[in-house]
Amino acid sequence: MSSTLQTAADGHGETLEPEDVNFGKATGGKVAMWMFIAQDGMSFGGLLFAYGVLRSSAQEWPIPAEVLGIGLTAVATFLLICSSLSMVFAVLAAQERNQAALVRWLGVTIAGGATFLGIQAYEYYHLVHNGVGFITSSHNGESINNLFGTTFYAVTGFHGLHVLSGVIYLTIIFRGAQKGKYTQGGTSYSPVELVGLFWHFVDLVWILVFTFIYLL
Amino acid sequence: MSGDHIHAEPTNFFRKHVFSVDHKVIAKQFLWFGLVWLGIGGIMAMLIRWQLANPGDPVPVIGSFLFPRTGGVIDPATYNTLFTMHGTIMIFLGLTPLIIGCVGNWAIPLMIGARDMIFPLLNCLSFWTVFAGGCVGFYSLFVPLGATEAGWTGYPTLSTTVNGLGSGETLWAIAVFLIGASSIMGGINYMTTVIRLRAPGMTWGRLPLTVWGLFLTSALNVLFIPVIGSAMLLLIMDRVFGTTFFVPASIMQGGGGGDPILYQHLFWIFGHPEVYILILPAWGIIGDLLSFFARKPAFGYRAQVGAMTAVTVLSAVVYGHHMFTTGLSAMLGESFMLLTMIISVPAEILFFSWLHTIWRGNIRFTVPMLWSVGVIFVFGLGGLTGIYCATIGTDIFLHDTYFIVGHFHLTMAASALFAAFGAIVFFFPKMFGRMMSPLLGKLHFWLTIIPLVSVFCMMFVMGYAGMPRRYYDHTSMEFLASLQHMNKAATHMAFLLGSAQLIFVFNFIKSRWFGKPASTNPWEVGTLDWQTETPLPHYNFKDIPTVVTGPHEFSHPALPEGRDWISMTEELPSA
Repeated sequence: MSSTLQTAADGHGETLEPEDVNFGKATGGKVAMWMFIAQDGMSFGGLLFAYGVLRSSAQEWPIPAEVLGIGLTAVATFLLICSSLSMVFAVLAAQERNQAALVRWLGVTIAGGATFLGIQAYEYYHLVHNGVGFITSSHNGESINNLFGTTFYAVTGFHGLHVLSGVIYLTIIFRGAQKGKYTQGGTSYSPVELVGLFWHFVDLVWILVFTFIYLL
Repeated sequence: MSGDHIHAEPTNFFRKHVFSVDHKVIAKQFLWFGLVWLGIGGIMAMLIRWQLANPGDPVPVIGSFLFPRTGGVIDPATYNTLFTMHGTIMIFLGLTPLIIGCVGNWAIPLMIGARDMIFPLLNCLSFWTVFAGGCVGFYSLFVPLGATEAGWTGYPTLSTTVNGLGSGETLWAIAVFLIGASSIMGGINYMTTVIRLRAPGMTWGRLPLTVWGLFLTSALNVLFIPVIGSAMLLLIMDRVFGTTFFVPASIMQGGGGGDPILYQHLFWIFGHPEVYILILPAWGIIGDLLSFFARKPAFGYRAQVGAMTAVTVLSAVVYGHHMFTTGLSAMLGESFMLLTMIISVPAEILFFSWLHTIWRGNIRFTVPMLWSVGVIFVFGLGGLTGIYCATIGTDIFLHDTYFIVGHFHLTMAASALFAAFGAIVFFFPKMFGRMMSPLLGKLHFWLTIIPLVSVFCMMFVMGYAGMPRRYYDHTSMEFLASLQHMNKAATHMAFLLGSAQLIFVFNFIKSRWFGKPASTNPWEVGTLDWQTETPLPHYNFKDIPTVVTGPHEFSHPALPEGRDWISMTEELPSA
């Protein structure tokens, strides 16, 4: 075998994922990212399950669209979906070793995510001002089920934390892209692909959250 | 990317022994960590048994030191704390680090022919996260009002601020969250390592069963721990911010309330797979060990792998059998009952395969073999009594009695513990370069299995007679007073069991430093971990081996006289 102790001991072993037909093409990082996405999906699943149980067993539950308002959030949703598209372009640019395009599309993606977070912060401020709190909720001066506000902030807040981590993660990759780390050919683009996987997951989850929390 | 998991040998003490990224060092860290917590949890079990046999009497010798405020008496609140923390510690800080953290870290890279885990830094982080979780849990024992009293399941409303005012319960939830995060990191690392780093020729059909068990466990860890993670987050919010996810309207002032049963759903969606998280590596380990020491190929290798996979899938859809008495709808209850019963089919396949593996084998009754046979015995007892727990008609009567306590201790606790002991003795020569004393090992085995089976079988009888679990003092109820002699007998047996563990501690410490030096392959088996020299070089394998045969090729008729095993890197001789 090519990988002897010599290549390993100097810390620069070339390939230790053995060349073998049984092993497929995905890198370790990609396999692990998919597993991370699976586990993250289950944690959202836990929260949405809790929301579903609490809402379906509640005696009264306001119509979400009336309390939350949908217009602005729809804009935010559209932005987030667009940022998924720009992420796809970023991965393509990295694969084509086009550094300028990679930096540009990553920048657009980060801007999309950051704007989404800004809209969410504004929305929280607005809702708290109108009486929808984390502990107790009211709408037009009448008190509504506490759990409405509680579940709303818990689920969208958990998602917001994901967008925030995504934006930070993207920014780190953005810095690397500026230095040209991911446009050197071969598998050097794969960190961009990994952040892309995470970002698409965050967007996909938002579609579910938006449907269950706002629309239904 | 591809060589990232290879790292130079550290020279600095901290990088070598404390914040090491080497899977061999991390395995040893998990081993010591798990053993220490097993000891702490074991002492708690002894205190619980003391209280049950002699309700309200001061604990002799250590009592005045542990409970100075009451003069050595275990008061009801302390008793609740003890059984709660005993369960939590044994499951999350004792067995999980031993059978998944230690065995997983040790066996996976060595058995598949890799130089380390694929993400060594994540591995290091995984250990230090569980360590932090352990610290939070330990600290919670000393906060005002004491540690949590809600039982290891942490059911609301017991675990909400309505009943538990101190910070013990919050710290418990944080500890469980941290330990869970550690298990997820470990799980992702284990699975990716098995998928990506197998040596050439190590096909899925040649993986040792130990690796299969750990791989499937990792899948359950990755998929279901997040669910208890979200339950813990919601519980922490309820306790810290005053939300009402789990606080019912009936005990709240005004407003709508939450649903305590919701917590049980979230808990058991994780909690039932957790049972298999602990037992799957145990099944894998004994599947290998039985073959190794019966000097025969594992019977039905593919069937065993298939059965373990089937259990992994089924474990996700049976959790409702923990909730038969919560007012679950009859249709749901029956579905869960049926699915639970179906699990006994793959379990039977495994039993059948194990028994056929040792059937007419050339058995070597080494200490690991004794523990493996012990697993078959205790898991069999636990599994058969499980049928009564899975059947709604009997479970409604048996629920929350000592019958359940006996059942899950035999299936989950004792089986996993026995397999962990077997694995420790088995891997010890490669880990520390020395053999553990077989005489002390055999003494430890017999002095463990006999009292252990007696204790839990007495629990079956007491539970069947209606003795509820978690009660402070059974003698205060007339219908249970007549069972007190059995409680006393169980306690005597438990003390024997507890003191027998000192043999293991002595054997472990003595052999670690003064044991007989071990040869490269003392057990004469063919898996890759036993083919490299002892002590292991930093990179495990000088050359990554190429695998050409399966892991269990024993007693092949074409082998020369006097040799009954073949390494996985050797071609089978043609007959």
